[in-house]
Amino acid sequence: MDVRSQVSMVFHLDKCIGCHTCSVACKNVWTDRKGTGYMWWNNVETKPGTGYPTQWENQDKYQGGWEKNDDGELKIKSTGKAEVVPNIFHNPHMPSMDDYYEPWTYDYQHLFNAPEGADQPTALPISKITGEVIDVKSGPNWDDDLGGSQIYAENDPNLEGLTEQQRMQLSSVERLVLFYLPRICNHCLNPCCVASCPSGALYKRGEDGIVLIDQKRCRAWRSCVAACPYKKTYFNWFWGKSEKCILCFPRLETGQAPACFHSCVGRIRYLGVLLYDAERIEEIAKLPDDELVEGMRSIILDPFDPKVIAEAERNDIPEGVIDAAQRSPVYQFVMKWKIALPPHIEYRTLPMLFYVPPMSPVLASREEDTIHHATDNLFHEIDNARVPMKYLANLLGAGHEGVVRYALAKQMAVRWHRRAETVGDVDREMVDRMLFEADCSVEEAEAIYKLTSLCTFDDRFVIPPMYREQAIEMIKDPHEYRRDAGFGFVGGPRRGL
Amino acid sequence: MDPHFLDQFLFVALPYICLSTLLLMTIYRYWRQSFSYSSLSSQFLENESHFWAVVPFHYGILAITVGHLIAFLIPRSLLAWNSHPLRLYILEIAALVFGLMTLIGLVGIVLRRATMLKIRKVTTRTDWILIGMLLVQTVSGIAMAMFYPWGSSWFASNLSPYLWSIFTLSPDISYVVAMPHLVKFHVILAFLTIGFFPFTRLVHVLVIPNPYLWRKPQVVRWYRARRDRKETLS
Repeated sequence: MDVRSQVSMVFHLDKCIGCHTCSVACKNVWTDRKGTGYMWWNNVETKPGTGYPTQWENQDKYQGGWEKNDDGELKIKSTGKAEVVPNIFHNPHMPSMDDYYEPWTYDYQHLFNAPEGADQPTALPISKITGEVIDVKSGPNWDDDLGGSQIYAENDPNLEGLTEQQRMQLSSVERLVLFYLPRICNHCLNPCCVASCPSGALYKRGEDGIVLIDQKRCRAWRSCVAACPYKKTYFNWFWGKSEKCILCFPRLETGQAPACFHSCVGRIRYLGVLLYDAERIEEIAKLPDDELVEGMRSIILDPFDPKVIAEAERNDIPEGVIDAAQRSPVYQFVMKWKIALPPHIEYRTLPMLFYVPPMSPVLASREEDTIHHATDNLFHEIDNARVPMKYLANLLGAGHEGVVRYALAKQMAVRWHRRAETVGDVDREMVDRMLFEADCSVEEAEAIYKLTSLCTFDDRFVIPPMYREQAIEMIKDPHEYRRDAGFGFVGGPRRGL
Repeated sequence: MDPHFLDQFLFVALPYICLSTLLLMTIYRYWRQSFSYSSLSSQFLENESHFWAVVPFHYGILAITVGHLIAFLIPRSLLAWNSHPLRLYILEIAALVFGLMTLIGLVGIVLRRATMLKIRKVTTRTDWILIGMLLVQTVSGIAMAMFYPWGSSWFASNLSPYLWSIFTLSPDISYVVAMPHLVKFHVILAFLTIGFFPFTRLVHVLVIPNPYLWRKPQVVRWYRARRDRKETLS
C-alpha cells in the first residue's frame, strides 16, 4: 500500500443553477491576460449540449484520454510514446481556436466618437487576436440553456446509445429538460496530460495531488492539449505555453477555498481530502468499462482504518492531513453514500472530481398534488425522468446505469424522507420502504440532507493544512524566507522572441 | 580594404564571435529566462496550412543539418562512401530533395505568416529576420547543389578541415578562401545564423524532449522531504 492524499472535489449538480459566477471568479483571478482570453479554466455548460470546446466528449474527433491496446496495456490515444517524435512538429489531434471561439471585445470608443447621424452608434465586436472587426459566430456559453435545440442539444456525444424514443423525449416540448455541468480540471490520478508531455513540464504534486504545468519547462509541444480528454489544458497562443486550472493552490496553501468554490452561489461545491492507494492506479485504470466506477472507489482508502492511518504515517502524511481526510465531505459523498460519480471514467484518467447526478424536474403529466404510486415501483419518477438514465450513465457511469440509478434513488428517498418529516403528507411506511430500497438508513438520509441543504462554509470546504513552511525548509530557513520575500530583482517573464 | 584582412575577419573573427555568442547567450538565456525557451507554436491559431508548411520544413532542415554534421564530424567515412559513384549520386539527390523540402516549407511558412492575420500577429520582427536568413541560406544551398555539384565530397575534403581548424583554435583559412563566392557566402551566413540563434525562437532545438522516451508516464513532484520515497507510479 502506498498511501497518498489528494485534494478532491464534489459538484452537486442538483444544486447548480447555472449562474456562471464560478467562471467569472476564475476568469478575473487567473485568465484575464493576453493569450488567455478564450480560456475558461472553469466553465459551466448546458447538458444536453455540445459543451466547450465544441463536442469535447467526442473522442473520435479529439482522440483524448487513454485506450487499452491489444496487449491490455494503456496507451495515450492522441500521441503515444512512439508517435510523439514523428508528430512533434504538427500535432495531428490538436484542437484549434475554431473549436473554442475567437475572443473579442467591443469598440466602446465608437459610442463616443461616432459622427452625428440618424442612428444610434453601436459598439462593434473587435477580435482580441487581430484587433479587426469580426463577425461573431460563436462564443462562451453560446448554447446556454438551449436544451432541446437541434444544433446543440442534439449533437451531444452522450446521446450515443440512446433509443430513438429516448432522444425524442429529450426534445419534445412538454418534456424539454436541461441541467448544468460546471467543469474544472479533474486533477486526475492517472492524468493523460502529464503522461503525454514530452518535456515533462506537467506534474502532479505529491502532497496534494494538484496537477500543474511548470511554465519554465513548457516548450509548447501541445501534447497535453490533445491528450486531455476533458480539454482542460489550454494553449496560450501569445506566450507559447500551456496553461490549466491550478485549483487555486496559492489560496489553498493559505487555507482559502479556490475562487470558483468560494464564490459558488448555489453552494454546489465541496472540497476535501481523499486518501488513496497509489500502488493500484495502473491496475484500476486497466479495468473493463463496467468495473471502473467500483474500481475507482476501491482505490480510495478509509481514513478511519487504523491500518490505513499507520501506512499514511509511514508515508509521511501529516496528522493534520489525515484529520482533514476524516472530516472530508468528499469522502462522505463518494465513499459512504456513493452518490457522487466520476465523469467519463471510461477515459481512464481516474478523475478526482465527482458529480452528484441531477434529479430531473417532476414530470408535467403527473396528477395534481397527490403522489400516485400506481405501480409497485416507488422510484417510478427516476425511471421515467425527463433526462433518460442512459444519458446520465454515459456521462457519469461509463455507460452503465446501475451506479447512476443508485445515486438517484438515494437522493429521491432522502427527498421523500424530508417531506415526511417537514410536510407530513407522505405515508411514513412508504418512505421507510423507499429508504430501505435505496440502501439508506434514516441517519444517513439526515446526514445527506444536512450536507446538501444546510451546509456551512466549513462543512463544504475542509481544506487540509498544506505545510508550506516544511517545503520552504528544504531550501531555506522559513524565517529568513519570510524576511526576504518580495525583495530582489526577479524580472517578469519574457516571450521567446 | 586589404582583402587579406577582410578574409581574416570573415572567416576567423566572425566565426569566433558567433560561436561564443551562441555558447554564452544560450546558457545565459536558459539561466535567466528559461521561461522564454518555447517553440511558440502557432498551430492552435491555424491548424490546416500549418501541416503543409511546418512538416516539410522541419524534416527537410533536420536531414540537411544532420548531413552537414556528418560531413563535418566524419569526413573520411563520407569520402569513402562517396568513392562509389552510385552512392554519391544517391547522397546528392537525397540532399537536394531535402533542401527543396526545406525551401517548400519555408515558402509555406512565409505565406502563412504573411497572409493570415492571426498568425501575423504572433510573428515578431526577429521571426521575420530569422525566416529571411533561413530562406536565403536554403536558396544558396540549393544553388550550390546545382552549380557546384558533389558538395558532399568537397565539403568533406575542403571545408571540414577549415571548420576543424576553427574548433581546434588554430584557424587555417587557406581552404575556404579558395572557394567560390557562393560557398563563402553560405559559410558566412551560416555563422551569422549561429550567432543569431540564441536571440530567436530557434532555441527550442536545444530543448528537444529526449528524456520523454525513457521516463515513466507519470511525473510526481514532492515538496516535502519523504523518508521513504517510493516511485510506484507507472
